[in-house]
Amino acid sequence: MAKSAKKSTRKDFSKDPINKSLTPEQKVSFFRDMVRIRQFELTSLAEYQRGVNMGGFLHLYNGQEAIAVASSSLMGEHDHMITAYRDHGHGLSVGMSMNECMAELFGKIDGCSKGKGGSMHLFAPDKNYWGGHGIVGGQTPLGLGLAYGVKFLEQKGCCLCYLGDGAINQGAFHESLNMASLLEIPVVYIIENNGYSMGTSQERSSSAPEYLAQRAEGYSMEWDVIDGENLYELRGKLNLAMERARNECKPTLLEIKTYRYYGHSVADANHKKYREAEEIEEYRSTHDPINLWKEKLFAEGHLNEDTAKQIEKEAKREAKDSVKFALASPAPTVADISKDIYWEVDNETEASKQGRYFFND
Amino acid sequence: MKEMTYREALREGMDEELARDEKVVIFGEEVAQYNGAYKVTEGLWDKWGDKRIFDTPISEAAFIGMGVGASMLGVRPVMELMFWSFHSVAFDQLVNNAANVRYMSGGQINCPIVVRGPANGGTNVGATHSHVPEAIFASMPGLKVVSPATPEDAKGLIKTAIRDNDPVYVMESTILYGRKGLVPDDDNFTIPLGKAKIEREGSDLTFIAHGGSVETALEAAEELAAEHNIDVEVVNLRSIRPLDQDTIIESVKKTNKAVIIDESKPFCGVSAQLITLIQEYAFDYLDAPIARVCTIDAPAIYSPHIESEQLPNKKRIIAKVKEMRI
Repeated sequence: MAKSAKKSTRKDFSKDPINKSLTPEQKVSFFRDMVRIRQFELTSLAEYQRGVNMGGFLHLYNGQEAIAVASSSLMGEHDHMITAYRDHGHGLSVGMSMNECMAELFGKIDGCSKGKGGSMHLFAPDKNYWGGHGIVGGQTPLGLGLAYGVKFLEQKGCCLCYLGDGAINQGAFHESLNMASLLEIPVVYIIENNGYSMGTSQERSSSAPEYLAQRAEGYSMEWDVIDGENLYELRGKLNLAMERARNECKPTLLEIKTYRYYGHSVADANHKKYREAEEIEEYRSTHDPINLWKEKLFAEGHLNEDTAKQIEKEAKREAKDSVKFALASPAPTVADISKDIYWEVDNETEASKQGRYFFND
Repeated sequence: MKEMTYREALREGMDEELARDEKVVIFGEEVAQYNGAYKVTEGLWDKWGDKRIFDTPISEAAFIGMGVGASMLGVRPVMELMFWSFHSVAFDQLVNNAANVRYMSGGQINCPIVVRGPANGGTNVGATHSHVPEAIFASMPGLKVVSPATPEDAKGLIKTAIRDNDPVYVMESTILYGRKGLVPDDDNFTIPLGKAKIEREGSDLTFIAHGGSVETALEAAEELAAEHNIDVEVVNLRSIRPLDQDTIIESVKKTNKAVIIDESKPFCGVSAQLITLIQEYAFDYLDAPIARVCTIDAPAIYSPHIESEQLPNKKRIIAKVKEMRI
C-alpha cells in the first residue's frame, strides 16, 4: 500500500520543469481559457433556461475547468483527446470556437457537427479532439483505439481519455484497462472525480480502496491522484503520465479530485437534494479553480485586477456573440437528415451507386 | 479460376489486402498464434507477424471499440468475432460508436472497420451461439452488412469490405467454411457491395436467399425442377445493406411469385424487409402472396435430433412451394 501515501506527498509543482518553463503570457492564457469555458457555459445555461433555442441535455463543466485547460496545454502533434458528454470545456480548450460550439448546442448547420450531435457530441478531429460521447464509459475503448492507432502508425504521442467517477464501474472500461496494460498502449485514462455518479455519491456507487485510481493496480498499471483545483499540479502529474505513454508506451490511470457546481445535467432537478447547499457553496467560495489560479497569478505578479476583469468581460462578449452567431445560422433541412451517414455515399463513389442504402418510402 | 474452400477464400482475401495496404491490421480472439478458432486466419501470423495480426483477450467491447477508435486515425482494422452471437457484449461499440460516429460528428469522421465471423445455426451449439443477426445490424443506418454464400462471394466480399470506407459487418457460416468452389484467380477480384447474383435462372418462381440459405435454396430448386417440373430462379443477395433491390424486383416481375428463404427469425427479419419492398415495387406482378421459409420462431434448439428442422431446409421449402399450388 505504499502508493496510498500519495495524498501526503504534496509538493510544490510550480517548481516542476514543465511549469517553470511557462511564460507569464502562457499562464495568463490558462486563466483566459478557463474564463472562456466558464462564460460560454453560463451563457449556454441562460439560453437553455429560456427554453426556446436548445433541446435535450446540457452537462455543465463549471468547477472542473482547470482539468481540460491543463491537459490541452500539454498536447503535442500526436496527442489526442476524447471524453464523455460533459465535453464543452474539452472542446474549447483544444481551440474550438465558441461559435461552432454554441451553434451545435442550438442545433444549427454551422455547429461543429452540423447540428447532428448536440451538446454531448462535439467533435474537432482537426484538433485531435474525438468527442463528445453520450454513453457512460462507451468512449473508453475508443480512447484505447486512438492510442493504439498512434502506436501502430509509429508516432510518438498518446491519447487522453476522460471519464467520470460513475463510468469506472462500466465493464468496457475494465476491459480497456486490461488491454491497455497488456498490449502496452499509450493511453492516459483520467477519472474526473466530481464525487457524484449522477445523483449517487461515490460512497454509494463504488466499492474501492482509498482512491478509485487504485483499481489500476489490478491491471499492473501506474496510477496517481491529482488535486483538480491546482493547475501546476495538474500539469506536473499529467505530464508525467503523458511522457510515460509517449516514451514507454505505458498507460496510466489518473484520478482528479474535482467538483461540479451544477447538476449532472441541467435536467437534474435533485442536485440540491442529494448534496447539501453548503457543500456546493464551500467549493465555489474556496476551491474554485479559476479564482485560485487568478490569485496565484496576482501573487506572482503576472495579472492584476483590471486585466482579469477585462479578460472576463471579453469572454462574456465572445459568448454573447456566439449566441448571435448561433441564432443567425440556419437549421438543418430535411434533406440534411440523410447526409453524413456513409462516407461512400457522401463522396458519391462508385460503391455508393450500387444497391439501395436507405429505405424510406 | 481456382478451386478453394470458403475458409481459404476469406484467408486469401485478407492476405492480399494485408499486402496491398499496410494500414490493414487483423485482431480478435485466437486469430494469431492459435491460427483462428475456425482456422480462417491460419498462417497469417507466421507470415505477417505481431504488428499486422495479434490476439486479444476475451473482451469484445474493448477490442471492437479499439478498432473503431483506431479507424478514426486511418488504421483499417479487420476484427474477428469468434461467433457473431457475441455481438451482444459489444453492442454499444458496434452500434452507438461504429454506426453513429460519422453522423454525430457531422461527417467529420469515418470508420473504415470490418467485423467478421460466423453467424449461423445448425451446429448444435444452443441458443447463445446460434444467432443470425443480419437484420439487427442492417437496420442501423451507418452500417453495411454482407453475407457471403460461396467461396467466390467470400473472397470478393471480404476484399471489398476491407477497402470500403464505412463499417462493414461480414456474416459468415461455420457450415460453409469447408465448402469448395471456384474463385477467380486475380488479386484484384472484388464483388461490389449491393450487388446480388442470380445463382440459377428460372421462370416459374423466385427464391431469394443469402448466406447458408442459398445452398439450401439451390438444392430445393433442383428437386422442384426434377420432380415437380417447377423452374425456380435463385437470387443470392450477397449484400443485405446496401441491398440490390433492382435484381430482386426484376426477378419477381419475371416469375410473378416469390419465396424468401431466410435463416433469421421471421419477426423483423431480413425476409420482412424484402416482403415490404416486393409488395411496394412489384405488387401488380404478383400471382400469389409472397411466402417465406424462416427459422422457426424460437430460440435455437440444441437437440441434434431436431435442430435441422428448425432451420430453413429443403423439405420445408418444398412444402411451402406446394402450399402455393403453382
